[in-house]
Amino acid sequence: MIEIKRLTKRFGKKPVVDDVTVTIEPGTITSFIGPNGAGKSTLLSMVSRLLDADTGEVLLDSRNVKQWKSSEFAKRVSILRQSNFINVRLTVRELVSFGRYPYSKGRLTEEDHQFVDQAIEYMNLEELEDRFLDELSGGQKQRAFIAMVIAQDTDYILLDEPLNNLDMKHSVQIMKILRKLVDELGRTVVIVLHDINFASVYSDRIVALKDGKVVKNGPTHEIINTKVLREIYDMDIPVQEQNGCRICVYFKSGA
Amino acid sequence: MRLWILILAAIVLSFVSLFVGAIDIRPSDLLDFQSDKAQIFFISRVPRLLAIIMAGAGLSIAGLIMQSLSRNKFVSPTTAGTLDAARLGILFSMLFFAKASYMQQIIFSFAFALAGTIVFMQILDRIKFKDVIFVPLLGIMYGNILSSITTFFAYEANLIQNISSWLMGSFTLIISGRYELLYLSIPAVILAYLYANKFTVAGMGEDFAKNLGINYKLVLYMGLILVAVISTTVVLTVGIIPFLGLIVPNIVSLYLGDNLRRIIPHTMALGVVFLLICDIAGRLVVYPYAEIPVNVTVAVIGSAIFLMMLIRGRAYARK
Repeated sequence: MIEIKRLTKRFGKKPVVDDVTVTIEPGTITSFIGPNGAGKSTLLSMVSRLLDADTGEVLLDSRNVKQWKSSEFAKRVSILRQSNFINVRLTVRELVSFGRYPYSKGRLTEEDHQFVDQAIEYMNLEELEDRFLDELSGGQKQRAFIAMVIAQDTDYILLDEPLNNLDMKHSVQIMKILRKLVDELGRTVVIVLHDINFASVYSDRIVALKDGKVVKNGPTHEIINTKVLREIYDMDIPVQEQNGCRICVYFKSGA
Repeated sequence: MRLWILILAAIVLSFVSLFVGAIDIRPSDLLDFQSDKAQIFFISRVPRLLAIIMAGAGLSIAGLIMQSLSRNKFVSPTTAGTLDAARLGILFSMLFFAKASYMQQIIFSFAFALAGTIVFMQILDRIKFKDVIFVPLLGIMYGNILSSITTFFAYEANLIQNISSWLMGSFTLIISGRYELLYLSIPAVILAYLYANKFTVAGMGEDFAKNLGINYKLVLYMGLILVAVISTTVVLTVGIIPFLGLIVPNIVSLYLGDNLRRIIPHTMALGVVFLLICDIAGRLVVYPYAEIPVNVTVAVIGSAIFLMMLIRGRAYARK
């Protein structure tokens, strides 16, 4: 279990993340939502140790994440940040193999190869496995990075806006895969999302942030309603039910 | 580009290199170990070949590491001030100690090369505009600033002559007893190979490296130390050889990608082949009266390839 306790981060004097306390339930998709500058990505960076907090702490299995050995932590928690800019020429298979680094330090065992094969198969990348990353489309590239994280075989997968620059088809594809990772493989996914409807349709829990503070934290159905959304976004957003999904129709809302 | 073809080419060119020169030596001459020709062969030709191999492989690997760690295809010892800083270090060792020992020169040169490269990486960290072309231009300007400081102090202290010998990369003066420092580049290259996976991961960014549990800073400094060791040994023995660390890794990367573990052998082999060709060409163009220093032939051939890379390869480097 990941527990975030009274976490604060300031850039200069301005607190970007302000006294945040959240518990991530295992076996769920938890989405961080909120307007620009709400501190979503900063919070995720601190949970994954990419950034140090000013005060407060993050606990993984009741132990402060800072006390974990890097290699052990990398076997439990993985983070993928916006990765479309990465310009290294690796083949898909080479990239996925690096997911095994925490286990094998680069010398892949038979078991590692199995994990790599499975991850590639899981993401339907068999036909692309020998292609260089820079020859792939945005959606294919994103799938390759997620395959790497699958090969890393961590309980917790943290993703920072993985749908950036993806078209509708690929966005849906990625979200369905994340859902499968949770439902079939029992992983825990924490994801920063911009599109509130993807959060509504695919996540189990939502943490809504605004000005660095948690506005609301709970199961998805408690968050996606006009009253709560007004608190988060300062907009009156009608919510419509469609095939059991709650869709926020925000395009013509009065601000 | 297959590895065995490159290695074969390197072996053939090595033989050519051994038997090309002002004095005509044939393999049969070597049978009499005491003959003048055999003496020349073992005191001059063999050391020269070894120096070319170590400098060619070393500088190519140094360039490869820098490109990976800076995440810019056009950063290399030539385009990041490393070689100029190493030369500044030698000058300072001569200014501080009236008669600087070889060891003092080595230590100063190494310290300056390392510090000079770290400063460049810090600048790179701070600038917002990280265009593929802009970064190496900045590096060349930075190198020229270091170089003009060197020239200024050398002029003041009447050391211009000494300094220009390190500006000119040449294998002419390589004889037994004057190149052994280059052997230090061998452990550096082996370490680079052992660290290859870490460099590749670090080349995908600090966040990416941390995600896989790799100590990014440690890998970064390890890489820069290896680059400084290689650059120092080459500058002190051969002089400055421009462009080598820039074009060789780029050509290999174009065909084989950026997985260092996989491309280090190719990069070394191509570096050796390229430098052997340049050296042999320099010896043959004005044969038998004199030879053109290798930095000139490398610069002529290398800058042409570099220009081609800039014009045609911009799209590739950007990706």
